Amino acid sequence: MNLKELVTGKKGDKQFLLGNEAAVRGVIEAGLSVAATYPGTPSSEIGNILSFLAKDANIYFEFSTNEKVAMEVAATAAASGLRSFTFMKHVGMNVASDSFMTTAYTGVRGGMVILIADDPSIFSSQNEQDSRHYGHLANLPVLEPSSCQEIKDMVKYGFELSEKVQLPVIVRTTTRVSHMRGIVEFGDVEDNSSNGETHWKKGTFKKNPAQFVPVPAFAQQMHIDLLEKMDEVKSISNKSDLNKQTNDAGSKIGAIASSSAFNYVHDVVNVNNLDIDVFKVGLSNPTPDKKLVEFLKDLDEVFVVEEVDPILEKEVLIVIAQNNLNVKVHGKLDGTFPMYHEFNPNIVKDGFNKYLHFYEKEEPKLTDSLKKLISEIPNRAPVLCSGCPHRAMYYGINKAAEELGIPSEDMVFASDIGCYTLGINPPYNAADYLLSMGSSVGDGCGFSVATDQHVVSFIGDSTFFHSGVSPLINAVHNKQNFVLTVLDNRITAMTGGQPNPGIPVDGMGDEAPEISIRKLANAAGVKFVRVVNPLNLEQVIKTYKEALEFDGVAVIIAKSPCTLIKGFPKRPTVQFDERKCNQCKKCSHELACPAISFKDNKIVLDGAMCNGCNICVQVCKYGALSAGR
Amino acid sequence: MAEDNYSMYICGVGGQGIIKTSVIIGEAAMNEGHNVVMSEIHGMSQREGSVSTELKIGDFDSSILPEHSADMILSFEPIELVRALDKANKDTKLVFNTFPLIPSSGDKPYPKIDNLISILKENYNNVLPIEGNQLAIDAGNIVSLNMVLLGAVTADDNFPISKESVIDAMKNNLNPKFHDLNLKAIESGYEWIRG
Ligand code: SF4
Ligand code: SF4
Ligand code: SF4
Repeated sequence: MNLKELVTGKKGDKQFLLGNEAAVRGVIEAGLSVAATYPGTPSSEIGNILSFLAKDANIYFEFSTNEKVAMEVAATAAASGLRSFTFMKHVGMNVASDSFMTTAYTGVRGGMVILIADDPSIFSSQNEQDSRHYGHLANLPVLEPSSCQEIKDMVKYGFELSEKVQLPVIVRTTTRVSHMRGIVEFGDVEDNSSNGETHWKKGTFKKNPAQFVPVPAFAQQMHIDLLEKMDEVKSISNKSDLNKQTNDAGSKIGAIASSSAFNYVHDVVNVNNLDIDVFKVGLSNPTPDKKLVEFLKDLDEVFVVEEVDPILEKEVLIVIAQNNLNVKVHGKLDGTFPMYHEFNPNIVKDGFNKYLHFYEKEEPKLTDSLKKLISEIPNRAPVLCSGCPHRAMYYGINKAAEELGIPSEDMVFASDIGCYTLGINPPYNAADYLLSMGSSVGDGCGFSVATDQHVVSFIGDSTFFHSGVSPLINAVHNKQNFVLTVLDNRITAMTGGQPNPGIPVDGMGDEAPEISIRKLANAAGVKFVRVVNPLNLEQVIKTYKEALEFDGVAVIIAKSPCTLIKGFPKRPTVQFDERKCNQCKKCSHELACPAISFKDNKIVLDGAMCNGCNICVQVCKYGALSAGR
Repeated sequence: MAEDNYSMYICGVGGQGIIKTSVIIGEAAMNEGHNVVMSEIHGMSQREGSVSTELKIGDFDSSILPEHSADMILSFEPIELVRALDKANKDTKLVFNTFPLIPSSGDKPYPKIDNLISILKENYNNVLPIEGNQLAIDAGNIVSLNMVLLGAVTADDNFPISKESVIDAMKNNLNPKFHDLNLKAIESGYEWIRG
């Protein structure tokens, strides 16, 4: 498919879309005006596509410095009467939560949808949290799509609901929904054409401090108003078609499910011809209690199937208790389903089977040689790309410490969120502690106070702008002592190459002022600021040695582009001379570049993979590797 | 359950075109009027990581395959097939490229391909190794490896979509400059299985 069809597609067209693509079509159909995000998997593609389509779709789009800023951009646009959209991964929501909580109080004028993408099973995150709690915490409506069609439809409906009750609406997805592909039938597109000089529509903010300035006197009333609005949503939830029985077997056994868990329930019931009534919850907060009573009243037992936390299950238990129903509930709380990780058809089937006993597990009989083969296949872990500039910094810091005679147990490496987290792997072993975006700098502060060890923090350029600046100010002001490495690879690499404020291009592809990390560090009062070329090993090692001996906060900015940046110039491949190689293995074992391997006691250089960074040339003492021309 | 339900597990190594290939199959299924759902895992891996998709054609809502339920596993790399065997049963078609990509982790030795094939044949009824890299090179360019494998898929008797629909979807998804090359590659994969 051509992505432009997300804008030009007509009502009735069908496309095979990724969940995240469906979300984009949803906002386009809704006539969105303003969108903002900070990239995070599994929500990243939404931003990439919006960035590409913003102008065609009359949308203002930005990659904000962090999720809290994105939330504020969307909230103020909605307060000005425009439809606005912000989206992030679950942990990004933690960053945004401060402003988010109060946006529930102020409410909105134009529709505002907040899409939060959870990552059950932790495919690419640092934890596994259930964002539906944010709906309960803030008292906001939560929609839970389970298919690509529903993502599109619920995102669009989210704006309508938001405008109806003047509240932001949460759309909660999971990795399996965001990264699922399915058939999506398009609907009508609402007009959002510009009414001025920009290509996006402009709104007007009408002052009303009682609504928008939550000083205590106003905020007290706002809380009451919020609860009243949610009462209205509750009656909507009890009438909505998003909450409905999808399978009527006339059975005494039922299942209630939401999001991707609903899909597993549907398929397991269908494939195994089970006699189970199924209820799908799509608008899950506030809970559709009346509809649930209707569903539950004729049942003896019910399975509640949901991913991550037993939120729906507790709601069902409340409904049962309040209505004096006599229904046994099987879910996470009684151990029918696990409390962690994403579900799959087998988990759901096994859970049902504990009470229904409809099948006996049969494993295919495999020969011993196959079992042995399966247990012996090598792992294929993600590694830093060949030619990645980070590799040199990890090599450099370890060499510098070695040359200064600092034992490795006296070095503490505070890491951060990005490709460089892969520095945890041997041979670098350069990630000892990690919490969240920007935490390496705050962690550096803490380790510097709490220990006499040498502390070295690593942070990427995008992450530095996201939340590395304020802890750096903290470090200087509180006279702390550590080395901060800013790995400035000129892009937000791990999420697929989005721009950040350090780059002269913005999220719409327009020219934009480039913010200097060096000047920021200088302005914060850092006395030791150096910019190095990571591909110059001698310079890296020398600078690290000086930084380690410096008393105070030292900032080293390693500036060299990620090799996966679009248009990255292909550098000439390194030349390998087998006759000069004495097989010391330094290049393969100390650098671990995927282009170099050591096979049958010999170095093998994969020319197709080599990105010509020449780090290995600087590491080889025997001249067996030389720069290509 | 309808008879024409068909599910596939497609796997390999980052950068081999696994997702694109899967999308082509999915679009072809949609264009023939089937329901289709697919799951992709975009890991943290930039390169060299394992990549897989799951594709279910027919009356399905969930995009994940239950264990031992795949009609076909299509692997772009031999050990990635082995990694995916919990999706296979005795009759699953195991179509895979025999060219090894050796992981740089090097934690365990890479198995011998001949040995791997014969062990698979002892356990499964439909083991279909393909010299995909060679066929792609013969077709004109190694980058058409994914098209060779795509052609091989369409040659399976139970595969519910016609080769023509797959070719149409290919044309809709890939640069017209390479259509001739891709067509050649699809044919050679098809012939390999049929031949
Ligand atoms: S994507 Fe870029 S920054 Fe990330 S590992 Fe690869 S080269 Fe390095
Ligand atoms: S560092 Fe040089 S001498 Fe040592 S194994 Fe590598 S190429 Fe050979
Ligand atoms: S082989 Fe050497 S020059 Fe090529 S990418 Fe790897 S380290 Fe860089």
